[in-house]
Amino acid sequence: MQLTDYIAPLMQGAWVTVQLTLYSTVLGAMLAFASGIGKLSRNRAINAICVAYIELFRGTSLLVQLFWLYFALPLAGSAMGLDLRLPPVLAGVLALSLNIGAYGAEVVRGAITAVHQDQREAARALNFSERQTLWDIVIPQAIPEMMPPFGNLAVQNLKDTALVSLISLGDLTFRAEQIRNYTQDSTTIYSMLLVMYFGMALVLTVMMRGLERYVTRWRRARS
Amino acid sequence: MLFGFEWDLSSPAAYAASILPILLIGMWVTIQATVIGFIVALVLGLVWAVLKAAPFRIIAWPATVMTEFIRDTPLLVQLFFLYYVLPEYGIVLPAFMTGTLALGIQYSAYTSEVYRAGIEAVAKYQHEAARALNLTPARTFTHIVVPQAVPRIVPAMGNYLVSIMKDVPVLSVVTVLEMLNVAKIVGDRTFNYLVPLSMVGGLYLVMTLVASAGVRLLDGWLPKQGVPLK
Repeated sequence: MQLTDYIAPLMQGAWVTVQLTLYSTVLGAMLAFASGIGKLSRNRAINAICVAYIELFRGTSLLVQLFWLYFALPLAGSAMGLDLRLPPVLAGVLALSLNIGAYGAEVVRGAITAVHQDQREAARALNFSERQTLWDIVIPQAIPEMMPPFGNLAVQNLKDTALVSLISLGDLTFRAEQIRNYTQDSTTIYSMLLVMYFGMALVLTVMMRGLERYVTRWRRARS
Repeated sequence: MLFGFEWDLSSPAAYAASILPILLIGMWVTIQATVIGFIVALVLGLVWAVLKAAPFRIIAWPATVMTEFIRDTPLLVQLFFLYYVLPEYGIVLPAFMTGTLALGIQYSAYTSEVYRAGIEAVAKYQHEAARALNLTPARTFTHIVVPQAVPRIVPAMGNYLVSIMKDVPVLSVVTVLEMLNVAKIVGDRTFNYLVPLSMVGGLYLVMTLVASAGVRLLDGWLPKQGVPLK
């Protein structure tokens, strides 16, 4: 097996990693908004659910969550008479997005509370409803504040996708492990793997910067 | 049976009680790995921070690239790299040592930024005042900058301690018998993963809550104005 023969299977794995990152980042962002806003809710039940979710997933290890969803959930399901056996892709995306969503929730909450109180008072004086104040006044101003930490979380999420190889999902790390078992050429294969992850992280960082510029365009338009 | 403890599968509660001592042995390994990894991260991070602050670009630039590279690549892959590549060059370390080294290296990239931010946060006029008082640069650093940087650095480092703790289960892939690996082995042998894995989740919650409370306590106890070195 030659060096060039490594490329095709690694690329296959890289594509799985890209898809996993994309799905879990998008789903994680949705969870982050839902639970971050929910944590600020005055409704006791919503608040309690969001706080419990955030604390549970920030307080435990991602690998524990992944193994729990993949190995333990089917047993919990069968005890209740349900079939909760998740395919590896679903378990992987769920664990990754639940985990990153909990971290993102704190970012969303922080950015929303950082919007100046005057803005809320002005919105109230203009007779905006609470919902309008949140969606049309507070969140548009909070989103630019969220972007730099979201960029870090996206890279964090990309790195975390490597863990799904441990539940036999054919991502980049999994393919590399397969090749290594076959060729025993550890140095080359792991160096390539590190460089590929680094490259993907750089691309992701550039993309998140682009997204940041896009969501802050109103600031530049005003000045 | 594991570590000399039998499990009792008669009921979930009896099962949980019988495997608790086994998981606690795993937890002890997790705590050891966390502490050693944290110490490596603190020391290596300081080295990176000094190199990155070097006045010569030929030293500062490679250190910056290196920390970016470490920060942007997964811990799991770095661990595989150390575990499988180092022996090819004659460096054979036990799995536990390789694992804690990987944890320390990964987090050194983060801690180096904490040091940098902590030192840069000391206001510029402090340097000017020290200069006006005729203090040498070395004395300014040790007696003016460091005491004021410490209270800023400690809480951020505490957060990384908790993060390291949550990354220790990754070490299970190189056969380190930390808590998750132990629970997995128990599950493999009893065909019941639900109880051990849920217990690991619960024990993790306890550990992170205790660690965060400890960090908050330390943070509250440190004087905000600065820590006198004498």
